[in-house]
Amino acid sequence: MYRYDIHDQTLVDERVAQFRDQMDRYLAGRLGEEEFRPLRLQNGLYIQRHAPMLRIAIPYGMLASYQLRALADITRRYDRGYGHFTTRQNLQLNWPAQEDVPDILAELAKVQMHAIQTSGNCIRNTTSDQFAGIANDEVEDPRPWCELIRQWSTLHPEFAYLPRKFKIAVTGAAKDRAAIQVHDIGLRLWRNEEGELRVKVLAGGGLGRTPMIAEVVREDLPWQHLLTYLEACVRVYNQFGRRDNKFKARIKILVKALGIEEYRRRVDEEWAHLKDGPQTLNQAAIDVAKGHFPEPERRPVAESAVVNFERLRSENRSFARFVTNNVTDHKVAGYKAVTLSLKRREHAPGDVTADQMDAVADLADRYSFSEMRVTHEQNLVLSDVPVDEIEALWNELEALGMANPTVGTLNDIICCPGGDYCSLANAVSIPIAQALQERFEDLDFLYDLGPLDLNISGCMNACGHHHVGHIGILGVDKKGEEFYQISIGGNSTDDVSLGKILGPSFFRQDVPEVVEKVLQVYVAERHEDEHFLDTYRRIGLKPFKERVYAK
Amino acid sequence: MPNNVDTPTEEALVPVHVDHLLLDGELAAENAWCVSYDAVNLPEQRPAFVPLALWQANKQDDELAPLLLSDTELNAELAAELNPLSVVAIDFPSFTDGRGYSIARLLRERFEYAGEVRAVGDVLVDQLDYMRRCGFNAMALRDDQHPEDALRLLNSFSVRYQTDVEERQALFERRLATSE
Repeated sequence: MYRYDIHDQTLVDERVAQFRDQMDRYLAGRLGEEEFRPLRLQNGLYIQRHAPMLRIAIPYGMLASYQLRALADITRRYDRGYGHFTTRQNLQLNWPAQEDVPDILAELAKVQMHAIQTSGNCIRNTTSDQFAGIANDEVEDPRPWCELIRQWSTLHPEFAYLPRKFKIAVTGAAKDRAAIQVHDIGLRLWRNEEGELRVKVLAGGGLGRTPMIAEVVREDLPWQHLLTYLEACVRVYNQFGRRDNKFKARIKILVKALGIEEYRRRVDEEWAHLKDGPQTLNQAAIDVAKGHFPEPERRPVAESAVVNFERLRSENRSFARFVTNNVTDHKVAGYKAVTLSLKRREHAPGDVTADQMDAVADLADRYSFSEMRVTHEQNLVLSDVPVDEIEALWNELEALGMANPTVGTLNDIICCPGGDYCSLANAVSIPIAQALQERFEDLDFLYDLGPLDLNISGCMNACGHHHVGHIGILGVDKKGEEFYQISIGGNSTDDVSLGKILGPSFFRQDVPEVVEKVLQVYVAERHEDEHFLDTYRRIGLKPFKERVYAK
Repeated sequence: MPNNVDTPTEEALVPVHVDHLLLDGELAAENAWCVSYDAVNLPEQRPAFVPLALWQANKQDDELAPLLLSDTELNAELAAELNPLSVVAIDFPSFTDGRGYSIARLLRERFEYAGEVRAVGDVLVDQLDYMRRCGFNAMALRDDQHPEDALRLLNSFSVRYQTDVEERQALFERRLATSE
């Protein structure tokens, strides 16, 4: 895990002092509302429906146990004793007092955390694969590269006032778990036949009100040029992205308007001047970055432990369910990654109480080298658990209410805070998630359905990624009343696709019924072992539509 | 692509004169220059920054200097025209319009312009640190900005990760140099 040196620490400390000065001037009336707005946003502070909201950065989802304890402490002292993990691997506090925010940021700085650029029209937190460094399909650990991008993008003097927000995602695995095709810039680390590391650069993807799939700007960028190339990509966007209409200001609109060839031409023209310039990476710099992510000192796990683990799995049905859904294979034999479900009916998806944070920090200390990851599905991962400790961990998670064996199923809903918290929302989203979890809680039914992403957004800003849910639900406002539009067929992994809208929207109370009908069509039409998405792709929208809107 | 956020209104055509100018890190004793956005008529006041095309048509008037609007596309040809000048202004039509930062960097880093680069328009004290790093050595503050805030905030950070107009080595390079 990346540890700050004196430079990183000084920068976040000075950032806190800067923001404290800004807050003081704002409270004293010397800094106007409009002028303060981008400043507070670039420090994670939103003014929300009921209270301010503070979004804390968790760079590429990596979190240490001492940091999680500090977060628990902050939520108790400055908030209501819980936090919300977001689809961008960040943590949000829903109830901080605005004037406390400089103090909260100072507390964060003590544990090498910050809220820099978690909002605003700038380069946001870089996201990545929650199984980075341990996935068995990985070509290159993306975390050192994410860290280099984090540093390059932090307080970048030229890109603090972009036309709109800018999100970068990185994967280094064969299977894309970072949704790189729906980001402003998506990066895939890969190796050519000579074994040299290359970066595939995508641009112009995104969700929001005009969802688009990214296009390839460059297939085979040598890694040395990553930062200069990114600088060229963002500079072209800064200069030519639209600024007259915020709904058309994302890079996807620019790439679409210019065409990918013309965007690429402009980037390459810009890059010709930056290439081999001062921000060109070298092996020594990469080695330093990689040194922050060493292999943990894993103890050897006996062959017999693996056998015992498999035996327990075959004998204990509950354990088997947990393993099938919440446990992921590891590149090291005898180790697994365990996903802690943050989806429980009594809480909003992604919500964790302070006590749970402390408990998870303890579990990370005891089972997984004091580190964890936040996933964009709003769960937590302990990435290095020996197989002979999984049963004990499972029992502890059961006691904590975090062993819900439904990761990757219909019940593992991705959901934005929605109208209960967010001032942008058109409709509530959490109660929809809760109603669905209540209706579809039978585990046998959930497993029978197989992998199913159900994503809910309370407005077209799409924080709940509804466009890329196999089933997507979008809250819409019609003359002050909340309605829900349902789409199917979206997907955020390698064979990315955007969901298609079924038809006219539904009343809130009808949503579970409609989802049930969609599932009935799937169950009736599927071939043996065929997943929802594949059935949809084979039979198309029509059968679903006919069933849902049948008179 | 037509991309100018603020089409000049009648009001905007009145030449703007601001009191507080930061020059090379200090508060300037006075600011003689006014800024005129009128693309057609020359202002009465001098010296004045006027839109690029108007300046190009009146180069013989040495009390005029070019005002680069934020949608200016800087290329080698234009840079060659600007390079002999002692002062150039870059406009911030709104403080949220970040194009001026790119223009200034290009002017300094790519085209090695050595004269004064002045930020004019919606110039706020909280933008000064970034402006300085992008190559502005003069900032004409919006009228409601406090000059003492400007001086305090001009250098808000002692650390930077990236290269910029002032710093030609990225932090990752400087770290390597100190660890050797």
